[in-house]
This record gives sequence, C-alpha cells and structure tokens, in this order.
Amino acid sequence: MAQSTRSLEVRIWRSGSDAAAAGHFANYTVPRQDSQTVLDVVTHVQRVLDPTLSYRYACRVGMCGSCAMSVNGQARWTCRTHVAKVLGADGTLEIAPLANLPVVKDLATDMSAFFDKWAQAKGRFKGTQTRHDDFARVSPQSPQRQAADAGIECIGCAVCYGSCDVVQWRPEFLGPAALNRAWTLVNDVRDTERSERLLAVAGDAGCHSCHTQGSCTERCPKGIAPTLAIAGLKRTVARAAVKGEL
Amino acid sequence: MSAKQGAIAQARRWYWQRISAMVLALCVLVHLGGMVWAVRGGLSAAEILARTQGNALFAAFYAVFVLACAVHVPIGLINIAREWWRWPPSAALWFARAITAALVLLGLRAVWAVYSPGG
Repeated sequence: MAQSTRSLEVRIWRSGSDAAAAGHFANYTVPRQDSQTVLDVVTHVQRVLDPTLSYRYACRVGMCGSCAMSVNGQARWTCRTHVAKVLGADGTLEIAPLANLPVVKDLATDMSAFFDKWAQAKGRFKGTQTRHDDFARVSPQSPQRQAADAGIECIGCAVCYGSCDVVQWRPEFLGPAALNRAWTLVNDVRDTERSERLLAVAGDAGCHSCHTQGSCTERCPKGIAPTLAIAGLKRTVARAAVKGEL
Repeated sequence: MSAKQGAIAQARRWYWQRISAMVLALCVLVHLGGMVWAVRGGLSAAEILARTQGNALFAAFYAVFVLACAVHVPIGLINIAREWWRWPPSAALWFARAITAALVLLGLRAVWAVYSPGG
C-alpha cells in the first residue's frame, strides 16, 4: 500500500472513563492511503495514536462478521468499506459503535442480545435423521430450498440489526437476522420444529412488528433480503393461524 | 394473555389489516371517482341529499367503507401508541378498541344521516 503525505480527519466514539460518564467523539489525524479501509483507519489509531481504543475484528476479509460499526451514520462492515466510498462531503469520517446494542467500550458492542434472539427465534436446525441414515434428498430447484438458500449466507454481523428502526422502537423485537434465520429453517424440509418456530417468530416481538421499511435489506453486506424473509414468515404464520396450527 | 394467544392475535391483526387495506383501496378509488363524477356540473347540499336519501347501494357502499376503516385504523394505531408513544400493550389495545367504537358509531351515524329521509 503506497504511503502518502495526505491525511484524514476522523472522529471516533470514545466511552466515558466509567459507566456513569458520558461518551464523546475524539478527533484523530490519520495518514491517508490508497485502498484504505475504515478498519485500517481504526487500527492505525489504536496501534499508533491511542492504544486504549477498543474495537473488535478478526478476519479482515468479510467472513467473520465481527467488525461492524456505524460509519458516517450507517452500519457497515469496516473491513470491506473503503474510506473513499464513505467520506462525507467535507472529507470527514465519523466512526461509532453499532446502533441498537449496548456498548462494552468505545467501538465494541455487546452482541449477546443479538445472538440470544437467534435462539429465541429457534434458529437451530432440528432433524430426525442420524449419521447412519442416508442423505436427505432435497432438490436445489425446489421453491422451498431456493427460499432457504436466499438467506443462508448470513454471517451474523448485525449490520441489519443496527440499521433497524423497529429494534430501536421495540427492544424486544427479534430483528432481521434472527427472523431471516428462522425463515431459512421454515423452508428446510428436513427440519421438525416448524410449528414451534412459527409460534416463536409471531407475536409482539416477532415478524408482525416489522414495518417493511427495508433498511436491513438495503444495508446487508451479503445482499440478503431479510425484509422478504419476514414477509414470508408473516404469510406463513397467518396461514398457520387460520388453520389452527399455531 | 399467553405467548401463544398473543401470537395468534398478532397474526389475525396482520391479515385483517391487509384484507381491510384491500377493501379500502377499492373504496377510496370508487369514492374519489364518484366525487369527480358527481360534481362535474357543480353541486349543492340539496342535490347530494336528493341522490343519497333512500339510495341503499350508496348506504351499503359507505357502510362497508366505514367498517373497513374501523378495522384498519386501530390496528395501525396500536403500533404507533406502542412504538412512538411508548404506551404499555394493554393501554394501546384499549385505546384502539375505543377508536374502533368511535369510528363505527360516528361513521355509520354519518351514513345514516345522508341516507335516511329525516337525516
């Protein structure tokens, strides 16, 4: 990566000195480099300017889903976001922790609630076959498998969760990722917990609270459409309610 | 209310709001079209009443319109009360029931007023 004499003004959220103290944005000047990612900027600040800065990342290549932050007001993977793509009109960069999650410190959020909701939505596959049985044969062309495949690549980065207004309004809302996961399993013909799952994703905290604003779909770095998955859940739950299957 | 009952209630509200929205979409189109057609040569209150009084088709259409509103509006208001005004679930539900009653009573009374000869 070519070194440059150019620099970049960046504002980074810093927690207060203790839980009671309010946080604030701190200003840093970081060398501007070609093909620089937002994660590169945060890493430079932590390694060179202020080692007390806390943030989270692992793979740096968009596989692990741990580096999501709010960049100039939008939730993004910082490792796959080039600075050039997100610089404001005045050339500044503002980096904050992901919204809708409690902050552990600085840019690191506590993602417990996000993953607990996957469990609440019964996001775990449960089948009947064992390793001694033959493979289940599921046609990749079947509509159900295609619906499942459309949402299966989620890596749990919580960009959708941090972009969702309904999560902000209703903290108990399961959120786009958990509901998308539930939809992939509802469409998995091998799964045996369909009724329990439909019940888990209905109700006040579930799919019916979604207003179909589409921020999750707009922001998902994997190009998944949780809005579509949630609409599918609404239809499926309604049919089950009419038939008395809930 | 158990989680199961709550889930079923939410599912019902969802499809009733969708069904009422479809009815409303049709009603609004007919209503707007009817108004444009009715006022094409200027219109007075006496002319309106002359057409509506005793017109069962007119009364039935607007009664359906009122009932669709009474189903659709309160379901949306429950969400607004809970998410924006931060009302607890039971308060939002009773508020919505009161709005339903008011829309049915006032709406059907208005339909009756322009349908019945005595007003």
